[in-house]
Amino acid sequence: MTATSIHATHDERPPRSLPRRLAIWLFPRRRLQLGLLLATPLGWLVLVYLGSLFVLLLSAFWEKDTFTGNVEPFAWSLAAFESLINGEVYRTVAIRTIGIAALVTVTDALLAFPIAYYMARVASPRVRNALVIAVLMPLWAAYLVKVYAWRTILQGNGLLEWVLEPFGLGQPWQGLKELANTWLVLSYLWLPYMILPLYAGLERIPASLLEASADLGGRARTTFRRVILPLVFPALVAGSIFTFSLTLGDYITPDLVSDAKFIGNVIYDNSSLGSPPLAAAYSLVPITIMVVYLAVARRLGAFESL
Amino acid sequence: MVESRPVKWLLRIASSAVLAFLYLPLIVVAIYAFNSSRLQAWPPADLTLHWFEEALNNPAVTRAVVNSLLAGSFATGVALVLGTLAAIAVHRYSFFGRQTISFLLVLPIALPGVVTGVALQRTFITVGIDFGLLTVVIGHATFCVVVVYNNVIARLRRLPRSPEEASADLGGDMWTTFRRVTGPRLGTALMSGGLLSFALSFDEIIVTLFTSGPGTQTIPMFIFAAIQRPNELPVVNVLAFVLILVSIIPVWLATRISGAETAGARL
Repeated sequence: MTATSIHATHDERPPRSLPRRLAIWLFPRRRLQLGLLLATPLGWLVLVYLGSLFVLLLSAFWEKDTFTGNVEPFAWSLAAFESLINGEVYRTVAIRTIGIAALVTVTDALLAFPIAYYMARVASPRVRNALVIAVLMPLWAAYLVKVYAWRTILQGNGLLEWVLEPFGLGQPWQGLKELANTWLVLSYLWLPYMILPLYAGLERIPASLLEASADLGGRARTTFRRVILPLVFPALVAGSIFTFSLTLGDYITPDLVSDAKFIGNVIYDNSSLGSPPLAAAYSLVPITIMVVYLAVARRLGAFESL
Repeated sequence: MVESRPVKWLLRIASSAVLAFLYLPLIVVAIYAFNSSRLQAWPPADLTLHWFEEALNNPAVTRAVVNSLLAGSFATGVALVLGTLAAIAVHRYSFFGRQTISFLLVLPIALPGVVTGVALQRTFITVGIDFGLLTVVIGHATFCVVVVYNNVIARLRRLPRSPEEASADLGGDMWTTFRRVTGPRLGTALMSGGLLSFALSFDEIIVTLFTSGPGTQTIPMFIFAAIQRPNELPVVNVLAFVLILVSIIPVWLATRISGAETAGARL
């Protein structure tokens, strides 16, 4: 731009459009800018999400009309909590769900570690990229397709029975009745969610630390236990947030591959036809567990590894 | 520590075993798509392409695909706007409670899905909103926002501020700077965020079962219902086969847009 044209614009300034006048007016008003930016996303999350959670919490104390079966909003009652505390089955289901969630987490950690380690520290860059893609593909494959695939394998006349039959092992297998199915399929489903954070965590460990450990006389096992494990621990916790929360929140997989009910099944079954206040009260169990879990994970530094 | 040869071989074997475990079910279900028998028994006796035709001509499948595409597009649209606004606000301004906002955004995916579902359902009933596409979109958008937010804020953190300052120095106002400087540099982040969010919505069933109405069966809902009707299993097999093939697209696109790392941002 030449000097003359600058003068020209100075003299014959075009009329300012409304958006431009607004922009100029807003420019010094940082607080207002921030407010305008945050209004919609924050409004949505607070109103839709936190609002819904609040309604859910309230509805745990509402009364269910035994005659019509309708929920009476704002008719207060503790009936849902009474049935929860007195019902042996709810305790069993909760313990089963939490137990399987813990088992799935441990299984995934054990399965994920070798491949994550191989990807991060042994494989050549080309193999590493290929492996990342190979792990991502099943993660992106539709959730229900994966559950359904396992259902076809585990059911009577499926691949598993076909493999077990020649060894005379087909009989004790109960097909789609086993609780172990849920453990197996959930471990399968969440495995990539554990591999990827672990891989990222292992890759961040500088090689010099491992060399230093070796120089100071640390054997492979010592280096693993005292250098690698502590450094990768936050990533492990980050992965476990997924394996744990996704297991607690699932009701489709337990329904499709086993007949043992999970917390999610009780909530789903009661959410509209059964006893909605009971569903609401029961959902406080997974909420409480996850809030505590997230708080602990945050203290362990897992959020930086997400 | 340089891993010894036996350790390397053990790692190689373990990694191959894990990969085999990850792909085995997908291969099995893909083969079933060509199974000529209506009955599901391993191994398939004969192969056919017949079920593909049947699935293509199934009106319920077509409706479900349309519903899924609609829900995914609307939810992604909402998520793109809300996620970008939130990311700019958190990155460019310092204010009290900034950490809380990131936490609030993650909450819908950090809390178990069944909780989000039952909470939304109870609220829609209490407020009196009819279940339909709108309620599905509201549910999906709520957990899709964080995906866009994560992608956009990661990009903003990497970008230098100087081009924007240059734009302001040259007389560009806020809109011009966003439209001509910030916006284009966010382009691929918005694309991968939108893609991830669409895929998340397209695949969702845990929340969707709580928030959908009678006329809004999505693809996962159709599969869930059909799995329990032995007669419809051949169509489910075909859908499974197609969905496995389709899942290659986002991985391929995501790796092309910004390297293999971002594709993991689905997490």
